[in-house]
Amino acid sequence: MGGKHGKSPFPLVEPAISVHKLVKKFEDVTAVDGVDIDIAPGELFGLLGPNGAGKTTMLNILAGLLEPTSGSATVGGFDVRRNVANVRELIGVCPQDTAVYDYLTGRENVELFGDLHCIDKAKLRANAKVLLEKVGLSDDADRRVGTYSGGMRRRVNLAMALVHDPDILFLDEPTVAMDPQSRHAVWDFIRELRDRGKTLILTTHHMEEAEVLCDRVGVIDHGRLIALGSPDELKAKFGARDLEEVFIKITGRSIREGA
Amino acid sequence: MKRQRVLALSGKTLKTIVRQPASLFMAILFPLVLTFVFGASFGGMGGGPEATFKVGIVNLDQGGAGARWPRAFMGNLSSAKVLDLSTYPDNSTGQEDLSKGDIQGLIVIPPNFGEACDSFWKDPDTPGSWVNATVELYLDSGSMLASQAIPPIIQDLLISVVYGRQRSVPRPVRLGLPSLVEARRLTTYDYFVPGLFAFATIFLIMIVAQSFTLDRQRGLLRRIRTTPATPSDVIGAEALSYMVVAAMQVGVVFAVAFAMGFRPAAGFPSIAMAFIIVLVFALCAVGFGLMSASLAKDPGAATGIAFVFILPLMFLGTFVGFAMSAAMRAVQWLVPSWYVTDALTHLFLRGVKPTSLSVLTDLVIVCAWSAGALGIGAVLFGKYGKD
Repeated sequence: MGGKHGKSPFPLVEPAISVHKLVKKFEDVTAVDGVDIDIAPGELFGLLGPNGAGKTTMLNILAGLLEPTSGSATVGGFDVRRNVANVRELIGVCPQDTAVYDYLTGRENVELFGDLHCIDKAKLRANAKVLLEKVGLSDDADRRVGTYSGGMRRRVNLAMALVHDPDILFLDEPTVAMDPQSRHAVWDFIRELRDRGKTLILTTHHMEEAEVLCDRVGVIDHGRLIALGSPDELKAKFGARDLEEVFIKITGRSIREGA
Repeated sequence: MKRQRVLALSGKTLKTIVRQPASLFMAILFPLVLTFVFGASFGGMGGGPEATFKVGIVNLDQGGAGARWPRAFMGNLSSAKVLDLSTYPDNSTGQEDLSKGDIQGLIVIPPNFGEACDSFWKDPDTPGSWVNATVELYLDSGSMLASQAIPPIIQDLLISVVYGRQRSVPRPVRLGLPSLVEARRLTTYDYFVPGLFAFATIFLIMIVAQSFTLDRQRGLLRRIRTTPATPSDVIGAEALSYMVVAAMQVGVVFAVAFAMGFRPAAGFPSIAMAFIIVLVFALCAVGFGLMSASLAKDPGAATGIAFVFILPLMFLGTFVGFAMSAAMRAVQWLVPSWYVTDALTHLFLRGVKPTSLSVLTDLVIVCAWSAGALGIGAVLFGKYGKD
């Protein structure tokens, strides 16, 4: 699976997400520097890179939160600049920092975001129930989120992004600060989403997470896409044992050292 | 704007206010406690004094055939329970006490007062034959209560002395009984209550500013922006929620004030109009809150900036303004809260109809302020405050 030139593994299918010569500058800092990626429908794509590499900036552009400086990006065939409303109908975004309402319960938080997508109330309640079960919060669903542990908050954070059953998902470091058990539960859940045909972009700086989950990964450093392919392809290409070593061989430093 | 989104976001805001102790206190408990404390301190329930005014009188018409007229006038003044009368030998002594604040008003009966009254009764239908006289009235400019209440009371008493209440002879100008004579039964608290409604709503500015800033700080506004919810949905929902809060505040203030002895000279239509005016004013508070949140980096700064709006609205436009200097009272018309208090004073204390020009004018001005504040707040927040 995967192409050598950033092409979709399903070349005959129109990409779910397409990024061409994408540039984002913040005054004199170039956060995203000419990135080209096509992501096929149903693909689980990993954006790898150290903190500050430009991963979250890319997701923010794809979610319509930031205007690109130049280049183009489409999500579900919609231009993120011109058709941002259409894009937001399609996507679910799980932000890196948990963004939850402390004075609402877990269920209320999840249902609120379903309401923002105007999904049918009966379907919303059913979706919320299933999701809260899947992220292991059924017993605590009616407790205020302010009383949750950090891991529980992250799980609600994830459920809020999924309640409207989006076709395209942006998961920004979804397992950061989770205990190993919760992390593995979330990995299973992400695999299930891929099996249901969802298109996912997962940003992470955990190499293991990318290797275990992703169909393809794009390695970003200083805003530039420095490698693209399946984990096996990249390891073979750079003669590395794992993706951490791939990163070291390309950049000369560990991914944990930061951008 | 989608109804489902607006209702969901409004529900979220209302739940947050109710469940967050600080917000609940500021939105509901603070007005409740304030109204109660004021009622206990100044109202009839607390055994507080009825509104009485210390008025001095100087009678310069001491002799002559018409001396019975000033005596009758002074007798009428003495019998008015709302006035605490003291006599002065001359104008300068009275003026001195007035300037010291010992009295709130000074009446000076001119030397030709009796002569003027006699001339009127000698030939009531020939104004050209009357001797004109002017009763001078000096008021404490620092007391809004006195300056509002005393003139109509004195006027009423003067009319009853000069013309007599039962006089049936047609007069070119008929003088109705001034409605403010009802002030005899009003307590100091009654004068405060209209301002309390505006006072409670003003503090919504701080709650809105803190709420938006906190949501922004926690990434919640950014997260909402990844959904199909539009800025109109978000601001519409906030406006709706705070109108609900304002309605609750009006209900709380009214109920507590009523329990503390406040009896407005108003029926259901007037009370409904008061609700409408305060709800519209709540939109103004949301607008100022948005402006504060646009300028502030964090909730602490938002609180500080909110007070830039709160203080003038509070001091110039609510019951606090009663104690303001004449200079400050001259600029009260610049703040929207003054129009709220003015309209509610008309409705509750003066028994003015809700469709009267004065009340409708106040409502239109409050509407204009609210539309402007909300519009500017939304634009500023969209430009500087959302991230």
